[in-house]
Amino acid sequence: MVSKTVTVINEQGLHMRPAGILAKAVKAHPDCEVTLNANGKTVKAKAPMQIMSACMKKGCEVEIVCEGADEQAVLDEVAGMFEDGFGE
Amino acid sequence: MVKYTGKGVYGAIAMGKISIFQKQDVSVKRVHIEDVEAEKSRVSVAKAAATEQLQAIYEKALKEVGETNAQIFEIHMMMLEDDDYNESIENIIESQKVNAEYAVAITSDNFAEMFSSMDDAYMQARAADVKDISNRIIANLTGNVSNSGNADDKMIVCANDLAPSETVSLDKEKVLAFVTAHGSSNSHTAILARNMNIPAVIGVGDEFLSQIKDGDEAIVDGFTGEIFVNPDEETKAVLSAKWKSDEEKKRLLQELKGKENITLDGTKSTFSLTSEVWIISVLCF
Repeated sequence: MVSKTVTVINEQGLHMRPAGILAKAVKAHPDCEVTLNANGKTVKAKAPMQIMSACMKKGCEVEIVCEGADEQAVLDEVAGMFEDGFGE
Repeated sequence: MVKYTGKGVYGAIAMGKISIFQKQDVSVKRVHIEDVEAEKSRVSVAKAAATEQLQAIYEKALKEVGETNAQIFEIHMMMLEDDDYNESIENIIESQKVNAEYAVAITSDNFAEMFSSMDDAYMQARAADVKDISNRIIANLTGNVSNSGNADDKMIVCANDLAPSETVSLDKEKVLAFVTAHGSSNSHTAILARNMNIPAVIGVGDEFLSQIKDGDEAIVDGFTGEIFVNPDEETKAVLSAKWKSDEEKKRLLQELKGKENITLDGTKSTFSLTSEVWIISVLCF
């Protein structure tokens, strides 16, 4: 299991579009479980509605936890997406 | 003449006849079932059909409003695959032995409620997206899929509220303007109207829909958020002049497109049409 804490930089927080992009990327790695810990909630990163339910706003700290196949590579990919503001 | 006021979300003027957008009846009855697996497979079939329809809407939106705005429908397709959402539907069918329509409706209400209760205007507005995809599944379950936009003339489409997929599904060539009784300027429908360059006024209030009828003549002023139903001659003249000057402004901008921008002292500037439109938009709002 590997983890990393990142900060949401998107102006509108982790709204629908980034949540959708994130879920799509995570679903491409079905053998690696990715969870997000934020605002005292733990959500599965492959479910866009769950991601949004944690209501991650700009500046919110998010711990990304990856467990399974290629966990470090998946963690780097997901952390990179947060740091890049999901291309926004 | 009756004047209504809402919030203009795209600055332009439209004159024409009103067409009231009829929503499909999505009232759902709770029916006891015995065959749980059969209901689950009905949901799968309806979801597959819904995904196919959303794919078509996505492709239409891609052409009409661009990739950034079309993405909402790609996300709608992903929402249909959301594990929590689907587990909730299956759990309700299994535990309560109820029909698929009812399970989808309850799940829809629960998720919409979750978004509505969030301390964030954007997230609250997402309740509409959950309802949109759920109603699509229900429509497919009941075989009640809408095929709106059959009117021959261009119309001012008036509705209680329009879901994002309804907005894009409407034939752009036949829509003069959107007017809705409800909805927020944060909604995807408002964003889509802006990107489709269609004048739109939202949040006009309940009274509006109960007082208008199909075929009523109206003028929509997307700049001020005003709608004039059965306008008098004076209003028509004033708004016609405003429409002409707006069209002229847009025509001049079109002419500028592709031309070099050289200032009086011969300096070339790098203003693009987009930035000029943007500046004018800022001045207008």
